[in-house]
Amino acid sequence: MKTKYDPTDWITHITRIREDQDQVAFAELFQYFAPRVKAFLMRSGADATLAEECTQEVMATLWQKAHLFDASRASVATWVFTIARNRKIDALRKQRRPEPEDLDWGPEDEPDQEDILSLQQESEQLGRAIAALPEKQRELIEKAYFGDLSHSEIAEQTGLPLGTIKSRIRLALDRLRHAMK
Amino acid sequence: MKMHNVKHHLTDQLLMAYSAGSLPEAFNLIVAAHVSMCDECRAQLASFDSVGGALLDGSDSEPVSQDCFAETMRLINSGALRPEKRSPSRQDSTAILPAPVREYVGGDVDKVKWKPIGMGVKQAILPTSKDASARLLYIPAGAAVPDHGHRGMELTLVLQGAFVDETDRFARGDIEIANEDLTHTPVADIGEDCICLAATDAPLRFNKLIPRIAQPFFRI
Repeated sequence: MKTKYDPTDWITHITRIREDQDQVAFAELFQYFAPRVKAFLMRSGADATLAEECTQEVMATLWQKAHLFDASRASVATWVFTIARNRKIDALRKQRRPEPEDLDWGPEDEPDQEDILSLQQESEQLGRAIAALPEKQRELIEKAYFGDLSHSEIAEQTGLPLGTIKSRIRLALDRLRHAMK
Repeated sequence: MKMHNVKHHLTDQLLMAYSAGSLPEAFNLIVAAHVSMCDECRAQLASFDSVGGALLDGSDSEPVSQDCFAETMRLINSGALRPEKRSPSRQDSTAILPAPVREYVGGDVDKVKWKPIGMGVKQAILPTSKDASARLLYIPAGAAVPDHGHRGMELTLVLQGAFVDETDRFARGDIEIANEDLTHTPVADIGEDCICLAATDAPLRFNKLIPRIAQPFFRI
């Protein structure tokens, strides 16, 4: 079940949270993303109670880090995903998550409107390309991201040979790259 | 961290697993270190993160409880939330170790607690989770790491100098991905002592008698 929304609109929500601590904007963002984050955490192995607790922390982090969101570097959904993934590693796997060094962005910190627009368009394009993947390929990509499974664990779970899994994922990535050209 | 011309990159499989968050900590560390030094893989990683974002966006949802929002607001207002760690920035451009590695060492190369493992080669094991191990290797210029095979996967990232093995030459920023099929003898370039970060998900298998006996003692 997917509710259609305008992805540039989520950016406005983040801006309202950052600049006005706007709880209405936050509530709307919450309503859309919190159930998705909870589903993601449960598919990664959390029980309902832990998933709900972590979802609250993820959403609170969004509020707290709203000033760090850069719409020219990621869509809001991607940003939510990275925060939820880091919470998963921390809370479920009890591990540290080493992050790459940040790039220095120079003095012109204000992101360019054109960059923001093209990034949002690409995000929509990617969403459509994933939805258009053959079922068998999309399922494996989903398992790789949402099941917290390595390729060999996917092989055990699905009974498919490791080679088949690797080649299906490779095919899926080729298709996505082609669609994004 | 100064950029170099990186020739040997991470695979899609590793970048995707890093993005998905399904790698052991030691592998996460070496991926983060390589991405710190390689703009091409950084861009690839951003693409994989957006795949995660698009999947989350299009995914099924799991209803949250009625007071979930109120609880979240309480959490925000209580100030109890741990301050989120910001990604380390590239401020220290003279450092040899990329920032994610410096965090494990507690500083740059001068803070590494090296332990000799023979033939002038030194190593330092970094404190990661036990499902895989990460260590820094110091190979004097011109010296060789004993001939060894691998039971699992071994990633080696060059941080200083360069090494050559049966497959190619690897310089700063390059990552070598070795699996069971590869038995190799990395030799450090003559110009400079070589420092590498290596991660394995299984102990190395040395092909000469002495190193094999030494293996359990040195935890390599």
